[in-house]
Amino acid sequence: MTTSIEALVPRLREICGAGNVITDPLELRTYECDGLTSHRSVPALVVLPGAAAEVASVVAACAAAGVPFVARGSGTGLSGGALPHKDGVLVVMSRMRSIIEVDPASRRAIVEPGATNLSVSKAAAPFGLFYAPDPSSQVICSIGGNVAENSGGAHCLKHGFTVNHVTGLQIVTPSGELVWLGDGTGVTSGYDLLGAFIGSEGTLGIVTKVVVKLMPLPEVVHTLLAAYATTAEGGRAVSDIIGAGIVPAAIEMMDALSIEAAEAAVQCNYPAGAGAVLIVELDGPAAEVEAELATVRALCEKAGATEIRAADDPAQRAVIWAGRKSAFAAVGRISPAFIVQDGVVPRTSLGAVLARIASLSSQSGIRVANVFHAGDGNLHPLVLYDDSVPGQTEAAEELSGAILDACLEQGGSITGEHGVGVDKSRYMPKMFGADDLDTMQLVRCAFDPASLCNPGKVFPTPRLCGEVPGHRRPPHPAVAAGQAEIF
Amino acid sequence: MDTERSVVPAAVLASLSAVCAAVREADPAADAVAGVVPSFVASPTSTDEASALLRAAAEHGLTVVPRGAGSGLGWGTPPSSCDLVVDMRRMDQVIEHAAGDLVARVQAGATMGSVASALGAAGQQIALDLPADATVGGVVATGTAGPRRFRYGAPRDLLIGITVVRADGVVAHSGGKVVKNVAGYDLGKLFCGSRGTLGLITEATFRLHPLPAAEAWVTGKFGPSDRAGVASAVASAAGSALVPSAVELAWTGPPVELRVGVLLEGTPSGVQERAKLMAELLTAAGGTPTAPSQTPFTWWEQVSASGLPGTVIRVSFWVSQLADVLDALAEARASAGVRPAVGGPAGAGVLYAVLHEETEDAAAALFVRALRARLEGVFAGSADGSGLVRGGVAVLAAPAAVLAAAGPDGPVPGADLMRAVKDQFDPGHRMFPDLMFPGQLSGGS
Repeated sequence: MTTSIEALVPRLREICGAGNVITDPLELRTYECDGLTSHRSVPALVVLPGAAAEVASVVAACAAAGVPFVARGSGTGLSGGALPHKDGVLVVMSRMRSIIEVDPASRRAIVEPGATNLSVSKAAAPFGLFYAPDPSSQVICSIGGNVAENSGGAHCLKHGFTVNHVTGLQIVTPSGELVWLGDGTGVTSGYDLLGAFIGSEGTLGIVTKVVVKLMPLPEVVHTLLAAYATTAEGGRAVSDIIGAGIVPAAIEMMDALSIEAAEAAVQCNYPAGAGAVLIVELDGPAAEVEAELATVRALCEKAGATEIRAADDPAQRAVIWAGRKSAFAAVGRISPAFIVQDGVVPRTSLGAVLARIASLSSQSGIRVANVFHAGDGNLHPLVLYDDSVPGQTEAAEELSGAILDACLEQGGSITGEHGVGVDKSRYMPKMFGADDLDTMQLVRCAFDPASLCNPGKVFPTPRLCGEVPGHRRPPHPAVAAGQAEIF
Repeated sequence: MDTERSVVPAAVLASLSAVCAAVREADPAADAVAGVVPSFVASPTSTDEASALLRAAAEHGLTVVPRGAGSGLGWGTPPSSCDLVVDMRRMDQVIEHAAGDLVARVQAGATMGSVASALGAAGQQIALDLPADATVGGVVATGTAGPRRFRYGAPRDLLIGITVVRADGVVAHSGGKVVKNVAGYDLGKLFCGSRGTLGLITEATFRLHPLPAAEAWVTGKFGPSDRAGVASAVASAAGSALVPSAVELAWTGPPVELRVGVLLEGTPSGVQERAKLMAELLTAAGGTPTAPSQTPFTWWEQVSASGLPGTVIRVSFWVSQLADVLDALAEARASAGVRPAVGGPAGAGVLYAVLHEETEDAAAALFVRALRARLEGVFAGSADGSGLVRGGVAVLAAPAAVLAAAGPDGPVPGADLMRAVKDQFDPGHRMFPDLMFPGQLSGGS
């Protein structure tokens, strides 16, 4: 522990209570990584604040001491966004998990950042409402983490991402001030800092309260499973569905290897011998969904489905989803180690990029199982390898990187929902030019000129903020009088 | 930086003309920005040309105002200085329409009408209700959205990629052309509603939606004073699983009845069935439904029929407070002695109050102040102690005297951070300098 951090300990104990400041090396080790276990760093100190004001005081103390700080929700992130700083304070939000208020008429809830994604929907359910973004980890992942990563989930194809469902944030700025961004209405005066903050991966401040938008639970939900000989055939069904002007709640696809893994893990009993399985979910008013369902079924058949199953009650739908939802963990059954990749391509390029992945895989001798959100072109190739075989880890990482290159060649993105974090900052210059990255970091400089808030994430090279050059005029009289702001 | 200008205009003109083919001296009548006459107007045809232009403008310390169709430029306070207007209308191309991906990349000067025609041919749309002559860049810069914001959101919810030119001429991109993408900061969000104060928008990429096969408006009429009934109808419609695309309210005051209009979009049979159920829902709230109609629900014409709007006020709120908001509007109307037309996407928590241009300045200002005073407690009245103020009253457009007397906006949360962002992007404050009133920076009409 550096001396500056050692000096902080008494102050942090005063703020959060002695029991909520962790200094024991063994306990600190618990926090050395998030869901991306390949990056590890033991924090110098962990604090568990219990209220927004405590977070503000913790951050102010860190800022005054020049000590870096990193916020952590449930630690399920897959890009190392919550990887601790070895000379910094890890601010763990798990004690701040209350649902403060549900306002059903406004379709809004105010929650603390440590609340799990699913707990928000559970609190809303008695009012016939739900919180739409549903990352696969929703049972455990926190809303604060969702805000940091702009999380999506299987149903974001129709319903959008976290940024479309959060209308207000109380944050602690990197200098330690409590500030609201947005007022919950969804209408902003001035710049949309709320929109810029969501998805900034914890680099612009720490969230202490979240106003979420709730949606009415759909009247009906139909889930349809179609089996195909190849992913290309499944892909054709996807194109035809979108081409027919239908936006399903979700369209997911799995290839033969990921089906095999899911079968081994949860006995999902998908059609035997399928080369690909497509899951299409339709939700909405009964009067619309019935018509859409008939069209989707016909299009799935036309694309060459060998079998189609349909479900409209929760239990049957859960059976269809079981294989898909277990896919990431399931590959552990067929491979000692694996990398979860998160690339995006335009949906119409899915076929081309899958062919490229297959060829990369056969060249390197490393197997790749494909699970993807086919509706929005978000691929989750699972790169399977044996870390006990010398050289395989490196080969797997190389293949994983080559998949991202293939996505970028198609005009895609290096991450659709897992974030850049520490894992992908080195790929950022492949997607963005130096001027793009420099301009993005102007926002960082506005929020966190000292670069203490989750440093080293997202950007490969930090920008020196420095003093802003330029001549300043005296403020407009209305600003001086507190009546107005000037932009 | 608009002081100590040492270069004579002819030299500046030559310098700008060297990098941009279409530069001319401004026409005082046609080119004035809210009464401020610029020196030059330049019309770049590419992002590269726009970049070179802003670089040259930076060298001469020129103040710059970007212009699309110009329809939003007169709203709010004039710029404190305007040397150069950058007219974007020659950058009017749909660069790419990937119909299979439901994505389109367009130049900022393209009009919404021309883009709608191009996309409509493939049965697709940018789901924003805006005038056909508004430009894409203007729509993004003002953050404008119409009735269907209830379902589809505002430009910030549909924009997936952006290209901008900074005040110093540097070109920057963020986002991309895929709908799902979390790589890097989302500068697009920041530029939505920035009104030209952070830089020049040259290209925008949008996610598209299919055009619905059928649509219908269902209108419920309520008694002129049945504010509680209307508030409950709006909340029920907005919270119903019938998935409306718009939930609008219109109220011009007694003796005219209060109206709630709900838009349903979908398949022909689905829309017919849902319209029937929506009519029942409005009846249950105490309304008298009219037959479903293809004609859009409007309220604005009640102002424009008798002349031009003078003062435009936006009230944003949590829907559970709608009855209080309507009461406040009624009380402010009575105490100021004005006759505002009130309407807008109430289901999305927004109402506009429009005063005719012949309304006396003092009365208009009194109306705004009374509204704010009455709603202050409503918006801040929650017991959570977090400092959250659940709504606001912003003056979007008004005569200078009204703005001066009423103030444009209440306190804006995060104002210090906003100023810091402006300082970073435009340290010389040369982009639309001193544009005030954050209330009009977004939300639009």
